Amino acid sequence: MEDLDDYILRVSNLSVTIQDQMILDDISFQVKKGTTLAIVGPNGAGKTMLFRALLNLVPYSGSIEWRGKIKTGYVPQNLSAGDVPISVKEFLSLKNVSNIEDSLTAVGLDSQNVVDKRLGVLSGGQLRRVLIAWAIIDKPDVLLFDEPTTGVDLDSEESIYRMLRDLSKKYEITMIIISHNVHIVTEYSDYMLALNRCMNFFGESKEIKDPDLQTIIYGETVCKHGSSPTGD
Amino acid sequence: MTEALIFSLTVGISVGLAAGYLGSLMVLEKMALVGDALSHVALPGLALGVLYGFDPFFGAFAFLFASAIIIWQLGRITKLSFETLVGAVFTLSLAIGILIIPEPELFEALFGDITTVSLMYTVIAVVVSIVAIFLTRSIYNGIVLGMISEELAISKGIKVARMNLLYLLLVSMAVAIGIKITGTLLVGFLVVTPAAAAKTISSNLRRYSLLSSIFGGVSAFSGVLLSSFLNPQYAGPLVVLAGITIFFVAVLIKWTNPSAS
Repeated sequence: MEDLDDYILRVSNLSVTIQDQMILDDISFQVKKGTTLAIVGPNGAGKTMLFRALLNLVPYSGSIEWRGKIKTGYVPQNLSAGDVPISVKEFLSLKNVSNIEDSLTAVGLDSQNVVDKRLGVLSGGQLRRVLIAWAIIDKPDVLLFDEPTTGVDLDSEESIYRMLRDLSKKYEITMIIISHNVHIVTEYSDYMLALNRCMNFFGESKEIKDPDLQTIIYGETVCKHGSSPTGD
Repeated sequence: MTEALIFSLTVGISVGLAAGYLGSLMVLEKMALVGDALSHVALPGLALGVLYGFDPFFGAFAFLFASAIIIWQLGRITKLSFETLVGAVFTLSLAIGILIIPEPELFEALFGDITTVSLMYTVIAVVVSIVAIFLTRSIYNGIVLGMISEELAISKGIKVARMNLLYLLLVSMAVAIGIKITGTLLVGFLVVTPAAAAKTISSNLRRYSLLSSIFGGVSAFSGVLLSSFLNPQYAGPLVVLAGITIFFVAVLIKWTNPSAS
């Protein structure tokens, strides 16, 4: 029998309805401590809404149980920092912590070069690394990461996921990652949750074989309440 | 140097520093026109003060405070941007103010009058400016984070909406005390132009907010000082000219040296 203490998050029958529209329908899953859960699905599938529910930013029905007092870190998909004259160091110091250089080193950024740069002029890859540094700087127990490779060129995507896996092990952080790249996350996650408003799949990532992917991610859904998947 | 000049220079420099500092957030939030239009709201308040014989400054203060709360609440209900709401609602205040204010006082209300600055007013202006700067400092980082990512700020437990309200109230305070120097038509300048100049030549927040504040103080101080040699009634326009000069110098620096920051 599984030890209940292994789980850091239990979600049961979670539904989110916004302005009479069902965005998430009857989602249930669990996250084990120290593992990485990847959330995949097409645009409009409700992935980001699931994060918002987990962070208690939107009303929902069903239950979301975090185990005990845990510290949650969150990294959104987009920042609008282009116009703000804020340096990387100032951005990270908004978290009121002192180990800025250590975090930048941990994400492979040469702190001397990057620390004084304006946030808005960083390359896509650098910005993602800064965001990862932001996320790990105060040592969260769980990290919710919305699309870690937005704006990153294809060649660098894998290195970002590899880094997240290494950091997860090093700092014992449980990761919940939204991703569009189902092939990469199959390799770099322990569990996978495929959404299309309702749940298409939840299980170990290694169970998934390539030919199954298309069906899992875009395949027919069996929503209890008859809401139709978008798939757009 | 006369006593009145010392008072108005003191008011000028303290209001300039506070408005410049507050304005640095306003320009980042792309609410530059809000500062400008908000200042017009003071006019009916000034008019009531003139008509019923109480200090017009308190009338302006009350109207600005009330308007800041109304605009904040309308923003929450309608989800329209502050800028849109200001455009829709606040020009009404200018219209009402002009209709009810007696004509001799209209010029003073619109363009300021430093010859009537009293010791009491100077003390109030200095205290209000110091309070505004310290309170703004306490919410500065939270507002900037909310600007970069509202979700990030909320997930950190920052009450973004409440901070925005406090910020609008602080802007109202700075605008209310600045009216004496520049008048309602020009006081928005003190909030916008110093920040615009500072942003042109800053690559980090510390430098940006500091320069914005200094530029505000220098504009107001030099404008008031110049007006004492020319005509005290020209203080407002001269403050604007001094500030615009700083802005163009900043643009020139950036133009000749694009990496300047």
